[in-house]
Amino acid sequence: MSNGAETETREASRTSAAGNEQDRRGGIRLSVNPSQAGEQPRRPEGPIKLSVRNLNFYYGEFRALQDITLNIPEHKVTAFIGPSGCGKSTLLRSFNRIYELYPNQRAEGEVLLDGQNVLDRRQDLNRLRARIGMVFQKPTPFPMSVYDNIAFGVRLYERLSTAKMNDRVEWALRKAALWDEVKDKLKQSGHGISGGQQQRLCIARAIAIMPDIVLLDEPTSALDPISTQYIEELIHELKSDYTIVIVTHNMQQAARVSDYTAFMYLGELIEYGDTDTIFTNPAKRQTEDYITGRYG
Amino acid sequence: MSRYACRRIVNYFNLSVSVLTMGFGLFWLAWILVTLVQLGIGGIQPSLFTQMTPPPGSSGGLGNAIVGSLIMTGLAIAVGAPVGILAGTYLAEYGRHSRIAGFILFINDILLSAPSIIIGLFIYALMVVPLGHFSGWAGAISLAAIVLPIVVRTTDNMLRLVPENLREAAAALGAPRWLVILRISYRASRAGILTGVLLAVARISGETAPLLFTALNNQFWSTSLGRPMPNLPVVIFQYAMSPYKDWQHLAWAGALLITFSVLALSVVARIFLRGTEQQP
Repeated sequence: MSNGAETETREASRTSAAGNEQDRRGGIRLSVNPSQAGEQPRRPEGPIKLSVRNLNFYYGEFRALQDITLNIPEHKVTAFIGPSGCGKSTLLRSFNRIYELYPNQRAEGEVLLDGQNVLDRRQDLNRLRARIGMVFQKPTPFPMSVYDNIAFGVRLYERLSTAKMNDRVEWALRKAALWDEVKDKLKQSGHGISGGQQQRLCIARAIAIMPDIVLLDEPTSALDPISTQYIEELIHELKSDYTIVIVTHNMQQAARVSDYTAFMYLGELIEYGDTDTIFTNPAKRQTEDYITGRYG
Repeated sequence: MSRYACRRIVNYFNLSVSVLTMGFGLFWLAWILVTLVQLGIGGIQPSLFTQMTPPPGSSGGLGNAIVGSLIMTGLAIAVGAPVGILAGTYLAEYGRHSRIAGFILFINDILLSAPSIIIGLFIYALMVVPLGHFSGWAGAISLAAIVLPIVVRTTDNMLRLVPENLREAAAALGAPRWLVILRISYRASRAGILTGVLLAVARISGETAPLLFTALNNQFWSTSLGRPMPNLPVVIFQYAMSPYKDWQHLAWAGALLITFSVLALSVVARIFLRGTEQQP
């Protein structure tokens, strides 16, 4: 999990603001002084957008999430980290009930979006998904033009004139920092652009329907470092308007982009709090072991 | 001998065997095509399309049989393809995780490999016997019964090839299931589904056995589906078996016609698909 120091300039600037606990050349200093461990990381402050209460998730008989409870603050970036199979993606996928596409998957507990329980079967699923955008690990452009990729989602909810739709497509593509690269290729297939561009197209598609929350499920794990950097910058830009939840395998990425970090292990939420504390001075031994690379 | 040298020899051996087997396969195919062209090309002239099947000794064409075949094939595709695509859609999209869908697919595969003469007999018992006469309808339905399992199978296969995360991405935008299928799944798999339909056209355009039991044949112009209908495969069968030289010539011309129609159809479809399919 080493991205090299050269890709971590942002992180260095972030850490200098956070104090001098980190070694600038190495990015985040991943060793923790045990005598400092034990402080509780700060809980999210400000308005809460999504509130998870005693969430259990089952794949058939297998219980993949154990009594998860956490609050996701509005207009912040919250990262879920943890080793493979720890349930971080499962947790993310329960926020928009995308797991319902598959039989044998079910969630118990509450996920409150502005106080309304997402998991309540009476909730209109498609209205719910209009408020929660999602971007996946692999770029998933639809088999249609760049323009239609964006317009597809918009047309589900709004009947816009051609001019208004053009504006919306341009707005979303600008928002996703993709407009300049594709403005001459709007009629081309969404498959004809690069992987990094495809992923930004997916982000543009997600925000074009004006959601409140954007869920990112390992959005950069299939991308090269340059594209990854674009996406991370984008996440920074977007958080003023959206609540962002990101699942990532890459700890440096979590440290770079997120305000709050949740560390999960074997379906349990081990530790949750502000990113700086989680990465520099975690309260739990397991968190420390993971972020220092001792397992996972 | 070193392991590397050994591997090289094995590689060389495998390559030679595959090239030889390919050559063996192509040899027969080429032979069939060459014979077909040699014997059939003389019969390809305007009268073939305009005149109807003659009695022995007089001149004529295959016009009535061509028209009858076109009508029955068209009808069979019009019935079989939509039903097959919808059934395949159910199996791949809605029934994917259900046991009943697996069972239906299994039955479908049996139907797929059922000899067409059995399908002909089935429709004979179902339609011809109760109605008391052969008819174009019965012919078209028996061909549709052959089309159905082919289209079901290819549609199911092609839809299963659509990546699951494409559906997830569309569902995550809030698109209802039917729209995801219509706008995303079909779009991603349309080339494959169309290929399946063309495959079915190719298959039924040469089917003789089911038509013998259902549409039979007709020496005269007849576009009435309620009566025995002229068609190319049965004409070819009867004329090729006959002792008359001119009938045999017509049979070869008909065979050539079917073969090249199917060839032309697939070439045109490929060009058409390449034009619209922007995907790499």
